[in-house]
Amino acid sequence: MIEFKNVSKIYPIDCVALENINLVIQPKEFISLAGPSGAGKSTLLRLLIREELPSEGQIFWQEQDISQMRHKEVPQLRRKIGAIFQDFKLLSNKTAYENIAFAMEAGGRSNKDIEEDVPLILRLVGLSNRAHHFPDQLSGGEKQRVAIGRALAHRPETLMADEPTGNLDLIHTWDIIRLLLKINELGTTVILATHDRDVINNIERRVITLEKGRLIRDEEKGRYIL
Amino acid sequence: MLTKLSRIIRSGWINFWRNRWLSGAAISVMSLTIFVTTSLLLVNVLTSALVETLRDKIDVSVYFKLNVSEEEVLEARESLIALNEVQSVEYVSREEALKNFKEKHKENSLLMQSLDELNDNPLEASLNIKAQTASQYEQIVNFLTSSKHQKDIDKINYRQNQTIINRLSSITGAIQRSGVVVSIALALVAILVTFHTIRLAIYSSREEVNVMKLVGASNWFIRGPFVVEGALYGVSAVIIILIIFYPLVWFISPKITTYLPGSDLFYFFKVNFWQIFLIQIAVGVSLGVVSSFVAIRRYLKKA
Repeated sequence: MIEFKNVSKIYPIDCVALENINLVIQPKEFISLAGPSGAGKSTLLRLLIREELPSEGQIFWQEQDISQMRHKEVPQLRRKIGAIFQDFKLLSNKTAYENIAFAMEAGGRSNKDIEEDVPLILRLVGLSNRAHHFPDQLSGGEKQRVAIGRALAHRPETLMADEPTGNLDLIHTWDIIRLLLKINELGTTVILATHDRDVINNIERRVITLEKGRLIRDEEKGRYIL
Repeated sequence: MLTKLSRIIRSGWINFWRNRWLSGAAISVMSLTIFVTTSLLLVNVLTSALVETLRDKIDVSVYFKLNVSEEEVLEARESLIALNEVQSVEYVSREEALKNFKEKHKENSLLMQSLDELNDNPLEASLNIKAQTASQYEQIVNFLTSSKHQKDIDKINYRQNQTIINRLSSITGAIQRSGVVVSIALALVAILVTFHTIRLAIYSSREEVNVMKLVGASNWFIRGPFVVEGALYGVSAVIIILIIFYPLVWFISPKITTYLPGSDLFYFFKVNFWQIFLIQIAVGVSLGVVSSFVAIRRYLKKA
């Protein structure tokens, strides 16, 4: 379970990115974070993986306050919350296979585990035949699928996606969304931040709408309304 | 732990190889540093050789009156050897002096003839004194002139050599001092340039560092490969420099010997090869490792 309690994030000087957010996300939920650019969607996700610290309030991840976490514990948190981004954030001098293997190596998994799991993950994201290509040699949709594969490498309980389809065309967008839905069906909590109206309206899951840093709507089977 | 270490080393090696262009730049700058430090080392060896040769040229001769017996001269020699300042005292008897004189002037028939006309040996016995350092001759001469041997001494050639001795001693001192200063300055320049090259190399990877953090890599797991890369820069640079230096020294050494008799750079290089190699490796690897370590710190610090 993830809980945001009275969370605010204020950047110097007086730029309010998030204001008094209260939010509970249950395990195995699929939620969409909707809202225009600058509404605070990314900030919310960055707080969740402790790329930023909240100015006020607390964020609980399985009863542990993330903002109180010691520096050394942060990598472990990030292994439990997989993350994907609009700009993919792949390691450019590593192949698709190595990008996924890197996450597992960093997590201290055994070589045997890695040799067994990476091909499985590549098959899950449909990239078995692209394993030894570098990011430069992959299309946008393929890069995002490598990123999803990498995020899954730790078998995370939660997967957060920050505008994962922002750089993709329509066909690849639905590839990625279908993949996220499949991952959710397999038991992973998915948090999808997007400003893509069609995506949100078509998947018919819980929608949380942010505007100017405030949570203005939280609906089951919601639609993108602004 | 062992798996982690082997992963870090392998990852460092792969990065090193895949960023060949960047590695090449870092290695070439690092090679310059090692080239400079090694050259400075060899130049210092040469200056010491030069200073040694100059020092060897300095001595003071004490000439004893003709009526002084050999025992008395040897007694004076004993008392000189007992002094801390004295490095060596060579005794030249009257007969030896005559032999040397004849050897030296055998082409000069007039001189030889006049020497033959003298029935007696006109040359005096002498002691050639070498001091530990050039500045000590004054004291040694003072010791002699105030001792009981003073009455036996005909002349000491120190006075006439005094200016040249003083000048040589100040030149040798200056060469050594400026050698140290120049070495330190050049080494510092080279080290700073290398450090900043590595910093730039890591700056170009700052995004990667951030990505590694996001996928849950610990600080050591991120830092390790960069440190390994830094060490590899050092090792490669040392190998390149040795390949350049060996033939270079072999080629240059005889030319230097003609200017500086007694110095043999190639011999020195060969005899101390492993020592030089170890110094270079120590300089190269520690420079690479420390630079990488310092440079990556600021990208790891953030949140």
